[in-house]
Amino acid sequence: MTDLPQATGKRLGLVIDLDTCVGCHACVIACKAWNTEEGQSPLADMDAHGAHPSGAFLNRVHSYEVTPHDGTAPRIVHVPKSCLHCTDAPCVTVCPTGASWKRAEDGIVLVNEAECIGCGLCAWACPYGAREQDPAQKVMKKCTLCVDRIDNPALPEIDRIPACVRTCPTGARHFGDLGDPDSAVSRLVAERGGMALMPEQDTGPVNRYLPPRDKETELDILAPLLTPVTEGPKGFLGWLDRALEKLG
Amino acid sequence: MHPAASLIAFTTLSGAGFGLLAFMGLGLGVSRGWAGAGLFALGFGLALTGLAASTAHLGRPERAIKAFREWRSSWLSREAWLALAALGTLTLFAALRLANLPALPVGILGAALALFTVAATAMIYAQLRTVPRWHHWSTPAIFLAHAVTAGTVLTGFRWPAIVLLMATALAQFVAWKTGDARAAASPTTRESATGLGPIGHVRPFEPPHTGNSYLTKEMVFVIGRKHAVKLRALALALAYLAPVGVLLIPPHIVAVAFAAALHLAGTALTRWLFFAEAEHVLARYYR
Ligand code: SF4
Ligand code: SF4
Repeated sequence: MTDLPQATGKRLGLVIDLDTCVGCHACVIACKAWNTEEGQSPLADMDAHGAHPSGAFLNRVHSYEVTPHDGTAPRIVHVPKSCLHCTDAPCVTVCPTGASWKRAEDGIVLVNEAECIGCGLCAWACPYGAREQDPAQKVMKKCTLCVDRIDNPALPEIDRIPACVRTCPTGARHFGDLGDPDSAVSRLVAERGGMALMPEQDTGPVNRYLPPRDKETELDILAPLLTPVTEGPKGFLGWLDRALEKLG
Repeated sequence: MHPAASLIAFTTLSGAGFGLLAFMGLGLGVSRGWAGAGLFALGFGLALTGLAASTAHLGRPERAIKAFREWRSSWLSREAWLALAALGTLTLFAALRLANLPALPVGILGAALALFTVAATAMIYAQLRTVPRWHHWSTPAIFLAHAVTAGTVLTGFRWPAIVLLMATALAQFVAWKTGDARAAASPTTRESATGLGPIGHVRPFEPPHTGNSYLTKEMVFVIGRKHAVKLRALALALAYLAPVGVLLIPPHIVAVAFAAALHLAGTALTRWLFFAEAEHVLARYYR
């Protein structure tokens, strides 16, 4: 049944910090690698070493140049984009087969690949481009929030989070229950003014994005803390340092 | 949106087929004897060819039967059921008529189901908020207008066909113009898509991938839009004006066939534009 659940127990999702993200695409690769090598939903590549390589990805990082209205210098902002596990997911209700569904207990939007006919209607209905048809299997693929990790008791506790969150070298990605106002992610969203993408599309996305901080004021506050340490080592360590220097 | 040949063939042919069958169901067309058999064959042939073409758009056509499951929420599923019901009812109607039996109630039911099928096809597109150009009641209206017009032309009702061709031309023109306005007025912008509007003006710096992807091929289609005006003029000439011209010469079965062929070719071109000109809001992330 592709009706949406009235309400979900939890509202699991991601909080992505656009201030911290450096656009390294590590999350993209971690996602592709987990799903293809370890997980249950391999993502194919076509013509990988040829002239026109293409493939399915569940997470893609766009980069933008943002020019402030007051004419100050533009800045680069990286925006990683994956399924936002919408509350009113239009991708679910359009599905003719019931392959697309939203889990009642935690709100994760999933595709039952064995039921998918590859009509692509769900990808049309998603405003974010979060669904891609696998070029080899011809069924729809999307971010599962790594259900095969977060639900997997065989994994150590620390790994029971989505692969992208586990991998992000700058800690720009956070995972948790956005339906619980006291969860770490909800507090982060409240503190930093977390925003929804394309709110006018009325999809009720669960994922939130933390806006980049204002760099100018930020630097003024932090600058004194960042003054370089000029003092060389003293005492035994100082002697050791000089001795090692002499050895070349 | 990518103008897939399968979807253009599907909407054009099955629309015309169901339009013709609806006309015959209403008793407006020869439905007896060899002429009737010929027209029935044409109607079912067009409808079934279109439906067969639609399965070519599926990634896994061998699973097509599963599309019947979610009629409560999905327009694609509703369309599948309506098509089946329309074809079933009209097959019964055709059998009764060819056996010289009265069948008007069955025919009226079949006609209604045929038109509902066309409307359901259009609703698959019209329901999508992500494509502002399609997300409007005029989408089913235009699909229905084409089905009814094609039905009139194919059954050879000269004057009604001429009137409907002109009316549909006007409707199509208005639909293009209002579609342009809707697309231009879409509240979804690069700023709302990225949430970065409060900070400043957003310009794409680096796309996430250097080559093509399913997303860019399927939904960020741009080729041909710059010729849209020329193609619209050509479509108006081919789909409506040329058939009117042909129908104005004294009635002859060849003229009707020729007018119908022109109209269907023109309709296919309007469908190409229907897809090619439609902008998906996802494109805001790329351009
Ligand atoms: S982001 Fe797209 S695929 Fe994910 S739930 Fe929302 S509409 Fe569906
Ligand atoms: S592509 Fe698959 S999951 Fe998407 S709407 Fe079609 S059948 Fe459902």
